[in-house]
Amino acid sequence: MKELVILSGKGGTGKTSIVGAFAALAKNAVFCDADVDAADLHLLLKPDVLERREFIGGGKAYIRRDACTSCGTCVELCQWNAIDDSFRVDPLTCEGCGVCVSLCPENAIDFPPTVCGEWYISDTRFGPLVHARLGIAEENSGKLVTLVRTEAAKLVERQSRELLITDGPPGIGCPVIASLGGTTAVLIVTEPTVSGRHDLRRVAELAQHFKVPAFLVINKSDLNPPMCTEIRNMAETLQVETLAELPFDKAFTLAMVQGKTVVEDDDCPSAARVRALWDQVRDRLEQLP
Amino acid sequence: MIISVASGKGGTGKTTVSTNLAASLDRAVQLLDCDVEEPNCHLFLNPEWSISETMTTFVPQIDESKCTFCGMCADICRFRALVILKDTTLTFSSLCHSCKGCQVVCPTGAIREDQRELGTLEVGRRNGIELVHGRLRIGEAMAPPLIRKVRSLAKPDGDVIIDAPPGTSCPMIAAIRDTDFVLLVTEPTPFGLHDLELAVEAVRVLGVPHGLIINRSDLGNRDVWDYARNQDVPILMEIPFDRALAEVYSRGELIVEAFPEWKERFARLWDTVVSQSERQRREGAGL
Repeated sequence: MKELVILSGKGGTGKTSIVGAFAALAKNAVFCDADVDAADLHLLLKPDVLERREFIGGGKAYIRRDACTSCGTCVELCQWNAIDDSFRVDPLTCEGCGVCVSLCPENAIDFPPTVCGEWYISDTRFGPLVHARLGIAEENSGKLVTLVRTEAAKLVERQSRELLITDGPPGIGCPVIASLGGTTAVLIVTEPTVSGRHDLRRVAELAQHFKVPAFLVINKSDLNPPMCTEIRNMAETLQVETLAELPFDKAFTLAMVQGKTVVEDDDCPSAARVRALWDQVRDRLEQLP
Repeated sequence: MIISVASGKGGTGKTTVSTNLAASLDRAVQLLDCDVEEPNCHLFLNPEWSISETMTTFVPQIDESKCTFCGMCADICRFRALVILKDTTLTFSSLCHSCKGCQVVCPTGAIREDQRELGTLEVGRRNGIELVHGRLRIGEAMAPPLIRKVRSLAKPDGDVIIDAPPGTSCPMIAAIRDTDFVLLVTEPTPFGLHDLELAVEAVRVLGVPHGLIINRSDLGNRDVWDYARNQDVPILMEIPFDRALAEVYSRGELIVEAFPEWKERFARLWDTVVSQSERQRREGAGL
């Protein structure tokens, strides 16, 4: 099985629109939305949910008032000041380390595992989709990313498919690191802006750090052509091959509003460009181990 | 007054709003860039940096001469950062959340304090704006500790603008909690609306007054306006999609400097936020 992960560093460069288009073009693939705290791919792929499961995250401390003697041990131990003077735990601040649970002399602290989200196996007009929804204000996004990627990979094996296409989260932190591990290649989507350039460098360095080959597409390229040249040059020094430039096209937004991908409208010039990009990506994936 | 600028979806214009709002005020203001994974405010402000400090966090280091391999440290660690083998203890520093439980339970005092680098904290200045930002180290997974360090430099009683990271999970919460008002920035597309709904839920969990800015307001459809009306989320500003604005942004320039009429609009936005914040607090308190 091969896996392509789409990342960007900066948000809003067009990751999901491009993944949606790839989904329409790919044969025999499974799709995974790893942007678990702001998942949007389902808005293009319109999935029929076949299986729905709870995502159980780590525990959160809960002090049983009847057993608590107000000794203050937990307050002293907590590195996050999550426990107030009346021995109530703020669940939003609790890191879930469980140190207070283990060391409370009265065993007065429970540590119930919490449901932090849901994940789904779905069917779409282009193939299976594994996606999730992390609960609001929850931690463990990295864990949930690892879970959906693992389940998607299992589905590839079970259905004898060849490819997994994963829509990654923005940034370079925990959920991105969880999206990246062990993948065949990363396609970075950037835009020719100072932010796009800055964030591309960091995400390319992250890919390098984890020894994952990275490719680049510059979206909205006509916004600032000199910046495109700068970005291509910078990508080269980072050993990232630039595969294509896609000019700004309202067709992406129009397609999104209709719940479609840009390649489903044959007359749109961007459709041809994205098809050409997909051919290149497929070609590079074939050459990689 | 602490105003945070957030969105569920990335790339909707948080940094544009944060930097231009800061630059529209002709007085001292602090701008805290809490998107430590991809901080961008400095690209638009080009500040003169005065402080650059490496930030670290506790991780355990085992003194093998004192360790009896009893396994108590590994037992208390819920993040699997410590593993005991027959005659050695392995530490996986990158998994450590710095709870120090291992150090507390070790019966022989074999756990010394070591540090893992989180990233860099920098402070700079341009005119009246003091910019504080964090840059997460490449390969570091945990953003919230560095976000909290950036926030710890907020001046009490000062005017502060916080540029939050995208999403609705712990980094976004760490950036917007305990602020006086959240400016939610969205674009009127299905993705923008979907992620806005999540962001509004997050803001409501925290109970912070909030309002909406619709960026690229002439793209997409009208569903965001319907949503805002139904949910009683006030729309405080609309920014149309304008190629000239997009090009100014792409070069790292400020809209309020390129187009003076926008300076006035952003300065008014601050005043609107102040009165909205007071109104929502009054109503929220049931007065």
